[in-house]
Amino acid sequence: MQELTGLFLDSLRLLAGFDGNLVEIVALSLHVSLSAVVISGAIGLPLGALLAISRFPGHGAVIVLVNALMGLPPVVVGLLVYLMVSNAGPLGVLQLLYTPTAMIIAQAVLVTPIVTALARQTLEDLNAEYGEQLTAFGVGRAGRVATLVWDGRYSLLTALLAGFGRAIAEVGAVIIVGGNIDHVTRVMTTAIALETSRGNLALALALGFVLMIIAVAVNGLVMALRLTEPRSAHA
Amino acid sequence: MRFILAVLALVFSLGTAKAEFILVQSTTSTESSGLFGHILPMFTAETGIEVRVVAVGTGQAIKNAERGDGDVLLVHARAAEDRFVAEGFGVARHDVMYNDFVIVGPQDDPADVNGLSDPVVAFERVAAAAVPFVSRGDDSGTHKAELALWKEAAIDAAAASGTWYREAGAGMGPTLNIAASMNAYTITDRATWAAFGNKGNLVIHVEGGERLLNPYGVILVNPDRHPNVKAELGQTFIDWLTGPRGQEAIASFRIEGEQLFFPSAE
Amino acid sequence: MRESRSVLPVTATGLHIERDGRRLVDVPEFVVSGRALTVILGPNGAGKSLLLRTLCGLVQPDRGRVLWGGGAPSRALALRVGLVFQKPMLLRRSAFANVVYALRLAGVPWRERKGKAMAALDRAGLAALAHVPARLLSGGEQQRLQVVRAMSVAPDILFLDEPTASADPASTGAVEDLVRRAAAAGTKIVLVTHDLGQARRMADEVVFMNRGRVVERAPAAGFFRQPHSAAARAYLAGEIVL
Repeated sequence: MQELTGLFLDSLRLLAGFDGNLVEIVALSLHVSLSAVVISGAIGLPLGALLAISRFPGHGAVIVLVNALMGLPPVVVGLLVYLMVSNAGPLGVLQLLYTPTAMIIAQAVLVTPIVTALARQTLEDLNAEYGEQLTAFGVGRAGRVATLVWDGRYSLLTALLAGFGRAIAEVGAVIIVGGNIDHVTRVMTTAIALETSRGNLALALALGFVLMIIAVAVNGLVMALRLTEPRSAHA
Repeated sequence: MRFILAVLALVFSLGTAKAEFILVQSTTSTESSGLFGHILPMFTAETGIEVRVVAVGTGQAIKNAERGDGDVLLVHARAAEDRFVAEGFGVARHDVMYNDFVIVGPQDDPADVNGLSDPVVAFERVAAAAVPFVSRGDDSGTHKAELALWKEAAIDAAAASGTWYREAGAGMGPTLNIAASMNAYTITDRATWAAFGNKGNLVIHVEGGERLLNPYGVILVNPDRHPNVKAELGQTFIDWLTGPRGQEAIASFRIEGEQLFFPSAE
Repeated sequence: MRESRSVLPVTATGLHIERDGRRLVDVPEFVVSGRALTVILGPNGAGKSLLLRTLCGLVQPDRGRVLWGGGAPSRALALRVGLVFQKPMLLRRSAFANVVYALRLAGVPWRERKGKAMAALDRAGLAALAHVPARLLSGGEQQRLQVVRAMSVAPDILFLDEPTASADPASTGAVEDLVRRAAAAGTKIVLVTHDLGQARRMADEVVFMNRGRVVERAPAAGFFRQPHSAAARAYLAGEIVL
C-alpha cells in the first residue's frame, strides 16, 4: 500500500513537470484511435444496419461470427496485419509497416466487429419497434437503414465510444505493426509498456493516468453533446 | 486555448515524415539501456539520416529482418547472425561493440554465489540450492547465452521449469521486474541493469568473467533478397557505427559514470 | 416515386392463413371500394387485424392474393395505402419531423413541406406541440399524430387497426373526428374495431368477422337493427361469441 502511494505521488510529480514528448505521444494516440473509430463506424454502422434489417440463409451464423470477433485478442490482430503489410507479405509494396497508418488499420480491424455487433442489436430492436410502419410507407432498404441509423443515433454513438475505448486502451496490435518507434509510432499504451519494462513504474503510472484522463475527456465531450439535444422518452 | 489548437493541429497533421530514414531491427537491451538515445542523434546530426529503431527480442528482430522489414540488423547472438548471413538474408556481419552479462540475485544470496567470476560455477550452485531463477525464455541473445551456460554446467534447467527455474518468455525489463518481485536470481546485460528503475532487493553477485562477455554484430539486410532495403543509407550507418566516430560515441555512453558498451570494430 | 394508378378497388381472393393447424383467416372474396366508411367488427381473435394487414400488403397469405387497383401491391404504391396502427409507430423525432418524413417520402418539394406539415398538425390540434419529441406526447396525441401523418400524403384509402383501443374518451373522440373528416374529403376508410360503440358511431357499412371468416356484410343501419347471422346477433347482444 505504501509503495502504491509512493508511486502515485511520484507520478503526479512527473506529470507536473510537463513533457513535450508527452504531448506528441498523446496526439498520436488520439490520431490513431480516432481515425480507427471513424473507419470502423463507416464500415460497421451500415453493416450492422443491413444485418439488422435483412434475413438471409446463414444470417444467424454471421451474427454469431461478428459477436465472436468482438473478442479478438489485439495481439492476434496485430500479428495478422503485420503478416499482411510486412515486406514479405502481400501488401508489402505499400510500405505501411511501422507507420501510424498500419496502426490505424490494425485498430480498425479490432474495433469494427464491436461497432457492427452493437449497431446491429440497437437497430434490430428499433426495427422491431416500428419497422412495419416503414414497410407501410414503402421505404426501401437504403431508406430504412438511413432512417434507423438517424433515429438510433444516440445508442450508436455509445457503440462508437465503446469502440474508441477498446482502441485507445490496447497495446498488442499497435506494438507489433507500429514497432513503438520513438517520435514515429510511440503511443500512450506502448510508452507505458516500454517504461514498465525499464522498471520506471512511476512514469508508467503517470502515463496511465494521462490515458484515463483522455478517455474521461472524450466521453465527457460526447455526453455534453448529448445534453444539448432533447432526450426522447422511451414510449 | 492555443494549447488546444496546437494539440488539434498535431493530431490531424500526423502522418507523412519527409526526412530520409532507415529502419534498424535491434534488441530491447540496446534500447532499454538508453544507448540508442545517446548515439543515434549524433549520427543524424552528422548525416541527416533519421534512424528508426524497432526494439524487440533478438529472435523476433532476426525474423523481421529475414522478411525484409528493416534495413539493418543489430543483435547479440553470434551463431544466429552467422546463419543469417550464410542463408543470404544479410550481406556481411561486422563487430560493433560488446557489453557484459552479470548475474543478479537477492541481497542475502541463498545460493552463495557472491564474488564469483565464473558463471558456470554460479549456475551449478543455483541449481544445487534450487533457489528461484528467472529465465528470459524468449529465444533472445541473452536467453541463448544463458542456455549455453546451463549446457556447460551440464544441468538440464528446462526439466526444472515451473519449480525453481521460471521461464518468463519476456524481454529483459519484464524479466527483471519478475525477478525483483520474486526475489530471484537472473542473468542480465549490465547496460539494461544499470538503467533499470525497479531493482528491488536485487544486487550484482557475479561479474567480470570472460564467459560473460556479450558481443554485438551489425548486418546490412540483403537488398538482393528484398529490393525495398535502403542499402546505401544502411551501409552509411554501418560504416559510421564501425568507424571512429561511431565507436567513440559508443564508448562515451555512461550511466552514473559507468561505461557499459565497449567498442570492438577493427 | 409515386405511380399514378389508384389502389382502389382493393380486392382479395381465396385468402387463407393458418398457424399450427388453426384457421386464422379464410376469406374467399373481399372487395374494398366506394366511399362508404367500412368498419370491420368482431370479437378478439376473429382475424380482423390479420385481414387488414394482408390487404395492406404487410402479411403474405398462405394461399390467395391481394390486388390493388387490379395489379399487384408494390412499394411504389405503398403511400397510397395509408395505415394507422394500434400502437403508435412514431419515429424518434419531433411531431413536426414525423410528418415531414412522410411528406418527403411522398415526393413533396421541400419548400412546401413545412406549410403542409404545420397544416396537418393544426388539423390534429397539435400545432403548439410541433417540436416536442413525438414519443413524449400523450397516447391520444400520438394517435392523432399518426392519423394526420398518414393523411398528409393524401392516400386513396386509409386502414385503421383499432386506433383508439387504449385511448381515453376525449382522445377517442378527437381521432374519430379526424377520421370522419378524412372520409368526407373523399378518402376510403376501413376501420377495424371491437368497440361496438365506435362501430355504431362511425360505420356506413359493417363487415362482421368471426373465427377467420367474413360472416356478414351489410349497410350499418340494417346490420345493427337486424343482423342476419347468429354470431352477429350474439355479439350485439353482448354475449360471448364462440
